Order: sequence, then structure tokens, then C-alpha cells
Amino acid sequence: MNDNIFALIYLIATILFIFGLKGLSSPKSALKGNFSAMIGMALAIFATLASPEVHSYFWIFMGIGIGLVIGVGVAIKIQMTAMPQLVAILHSFVGLSAVLVSIGTYLSHEARGELNSVLLVELGLGSLIGAVTFTGSIIAFGKLQGTITSNPLVFKGQHYLNLLLGLLMFVLTGYLAFAPNVVILLAITLIALLLGFLLVLPIGGADMPVVVSMLNSYSGWAASATGFTLGNNLLIATGALVGSSGAILSFIMCQAMNRSFISVILGGFGAEAGGDAAASGPVKNVKSASSEDVAYMLENSSKVVIIPGYGMAVSQAQHAIKELFEALNHKKIDVKFAIHPVAGRMPGHMNVLLAEADIPYDFVAEMEDINGEFASTDVVLVVGANDIINPAAKTDKSSPLYGMPILDAYKAKQIFVIKRSMKPGYAGVDNALFYYDNCTLVFGDAKGVCEKIVGSLES
Amino acid sequence: MVGLYVFVLSCFVGYHVVWGVTPALHTPLMAVTNAISAIVVVGAILVAGFQSDSMVISLIGFFAVLLASINIFGGFVVTNRMLAMFKKKK
Repeated sequence: MNDNIFALIYLIATILFIFGLKGLSSPKSALKGNFSAMIGMALAIFATLASPEVHSYFWIFMGIGIGLVIGVGVAIKIQMTAMPQLVAILHSFVGLSAVLVSIGTYLSHEARGELNSVLLVELGLGSLIGAVTFTGSIIAFGKLQGTITSNPLVFKGQHYLNLLLGLLMFVLTGYLAFAPNVVILLAITLIALLLGFLLVLPIGGADMPVVVSMLNSYSGWAASATGFTLGNNLLIATGALVGSSGAILSFIMCQAMNRSFISVILGGFGAEAGGDAAASGPVKNVKSASSEDVAYMLENSSKVVIIPGYGMAVSQAQHAIKELFEALNHKKIDVKFAIHPVAGRMPGHMNVLLAEADIPYDFVAEMEDINGEFASTDVVLVVGANDIINPAAKTDKSSPLYGMPILDAYKAKQIFVIKRSMKPGYAGVDNALFYYDNCTLVFGDAKGVCEKIVGSLES
Repeated sequence: MVGLYVFVLSCFVGYHVVWGVTPALHTPLMAVTNAISAIVVVGAILVAGFQSDSMVISLIGFFAVLLASINIFGGFVVTNRMLAMFKKKK
């Protein structure tokens, strides 16, 4: 096959990837889109296998074969609540793979005597972006999984250290161009690995939607950088698609928290406030109710909105909520779900959990679409969400949340918040909503409370 | 230079396509872009298939292909699983 045919096949693969992303504009076309992306990937792989540059197949088939078994095995078994962790760990694999490709390409080009300074800089960049993606994603995975504390870990001089490491990395990359030596490439990689750790450690758990999106973006840039080293337009184009996708998601997440990207990346949010904010303030009165009271109120309402948050994912309450949804539907009560963009630990996290529980997506509304409806809502049921419904974001200029767009739950006639304790949310801020006259707390585990409400509704 | 053209234009395409993605599908979007970014497998195949006496290059290539493949299969299958769950009201 000549080069033109390869270029053509790679072009088709790129277009199929674009269709894949385009399909996600609606749940109706999404599966088809995913299928076209799969075909694109298959085309790219088969074309590469047929390339005259590939001489031996043993290691390739071993890698693909084992990867298939592990990949499919994990993808079938993984629980939907663990999706953020899965995505994080998969990002790390792309990162590490890009590092290995850079080092491997260095060695194979060195063996053929084909190293030049442009290639060397590209290899350095490919390896460093890949390495930051790798360790950054490992830390994000650890925080999401709970093996590493999700509190921000900060120490003095952290940002200067990061800056220093970053500069050193780029200086070494420049140096590599003039003094090709695998040791320098490895040194760049090691520094980048360290930097990846340091960058994500200070970022707290609820900022993970931004971090996961950012790493998503990095994994794309890493693929692009690899494409530059190989002079392969397919990799460059595909990496750029993924890179810009992740960047847009990070932007959307930051906007939904009213925080700048820089402030999220620098980390430390909620570190000093966390925990004692509720205890130190004056003791104010909150009302609490039992699940029977909630059931009674729900039964006598005509319009209900349910707001899920990370607490729903933690207690796996989505199936109990589905039963509640059906019980209310059965009584001809209008039920909708309201999703805040940063609810959960990754973009769209809540939507996937509700879909898993078989709740049709037409009942699930985004923030902008539902905010106008709260005033005419009889009962709002909040399941494991906190900061995203705090009216202080609108009224209290001194609050760290001030300016963040919230779900206007406070406008409803009655609000029930299912909560384990009075512990404040991620921002470490007391929730002003809890002291509103129309707000009542229901203490308990999200799943247990929902099941009890269903029980009372049905009896 | 052609590479740079392709890169910049692809960023624009990505920008426009991704803004069109419905927020409800942001998690599947991350999963599928993750699978797609495993396109580094192309580079990995070239390293693993580079015939040499050096076992080091082959092994590096093998691990690169392995990691990228886990992503490809894992990413596409899990995206498929998620998307299949999104249903309209009966």
C-alpha cells in the first residue's frame, strides 16, 4: 500500500471519530455515534498493522489480546457509581502509553540513526505530557476511590516547587534537542511524573469534576504530541479533538462553580474551613421530620422535584429513588429530576446513575431548564446534595459560594433534605437553606430514607 | 507544518462538536474520548513492531500496546453500556 492510501484511511478514521462525538448531541443518536467511533478505531489499527514499518507481530498481538480481555472484563463488571474512578484510571493508561511510545520511538530512531532536534523536542513533550497525565490520574483515581484522602493536601512553597519543576522540565526538553541522550529523556519523564502527583494532591474531592475533565484533556494533548513525533496526522487530529473536548468540560465545570480554572488547579479549596464551620457558628434551629411526614406531604402534592447529589452515589440510592419515582407516578403526581452541572464527581455523573436505575431521560432536567419551575413546585426532595442548593450563593456576599449558580430549590413551597448529619458540604459552609421556614431535614442514609418513604406511600 | 495545520483545525472542529453535546451525556463523552485518545496505539504498534535485536524496544512497545488496548476496549464497551441505559419514557 502506498502512503496516499494510508493517509486516506486515516482521514476516514478521523471523520468517524468526529461523527462519534457528534452523535452524543442526543441520547437517540449516541449509540450509533459510539459505533462509528469503534469502526474508526478498527480502521486505524488495521491500517497501521499493514504498514511496511511493522515487521514483527508477536508483541503487538499479545498486547492487543491481553488488553481486550482486561478492558472488556473491567468494562462489563464496573458499577456505574464507580465510573469516575474508571475514567480516571483509564486516563492514566493513555498517559503511560504515550510515555512508553515516546521512549520506544527514541530508541528505535536512535537505532536507525534518525534522531533530529525537532523530533527530540517532540519526544520530550510527548513524554512529559503523558507522564503528568499518568501520575495526575493515579492521584485522582486514589482520591475518588478513597484510598487517598479527598481533602486537599497543601504545604508551604508548593506552587514554587511546581513552577521550578515545570521550568526545569522545559529547559531539559530544550537541552535534549542538542544533546540526544536517553538519560535526559528519562529525567524529563521522572520530573513530569513527580509534577503530576504534586499538581493533583492539593485539589479537594468535590473539585474532581474539573480535575477529571482536565486530565481527559491532557490525555488528548498527549496523543497529539505523539502524533507530532510520528508525523502522523491521525494522531494529531484525534488528540486535538479529545484535548479540546476535555478543555471545554473543564470550563463548563468551573463556570458551574463560579471559580476560575487557575483557582481550582492551585487547589486548597475548603481546606481551612472544612468541618468546624457548623460547630463554631451559633446554634440555630433546624426542623427535622420523619420519612412518614415526607410521604404524607408528597402524597398531597401535585408537583415534585428531586435533586440528587453525590450522597445518592455514595449510598447507591438511585434504585430506591426509581421506586419512589414510580410510586409517585402511580399516584399521578408530576415528578422531575433537577441536575446541577457539578453534582457528583464527574460531569454528567448523576444522569448516568438515574439512567442506570431506568429513569427515562425526559424526566431529567438541567439547571437552566428547571430553575423557573421551582416556584410552582409543591415539594422538593434533596437527596445527598448540599452546596448546589445553598441560597447563600445568591444572598451572602461573604460566602465562599457567592456567585455560584444554584438550583433554586428554596423557592418551592416545601423542601425536604435527606442528610446523614449536620456536617457542611464540600465548601465547608453552613447551608442557609436549612434554616428557611419551608425547609425540613430528614436525617438518615439516602437509600434507607427513600425506601421508607416508598413503604409509607404504598401502605 | 502540515501537522500544525491539522492540529489547529482539529481543535476548532472539536470545540464546535463538543459544545453540541447534551450535558446529560457528559460522562459518556468522557468515556468515549478516553477510548479515542487511545489512538496512541498506532504509535505503540510501530514501536512494538519495530524489528530489532533489542528486547527492550519490543517490551516497551508491548506494554504501550497493552495499556492503549485496555483503554480502547474498556472505553468503548463501557460507553456502550452507559448509552444503552438512556431510555425515553415508554
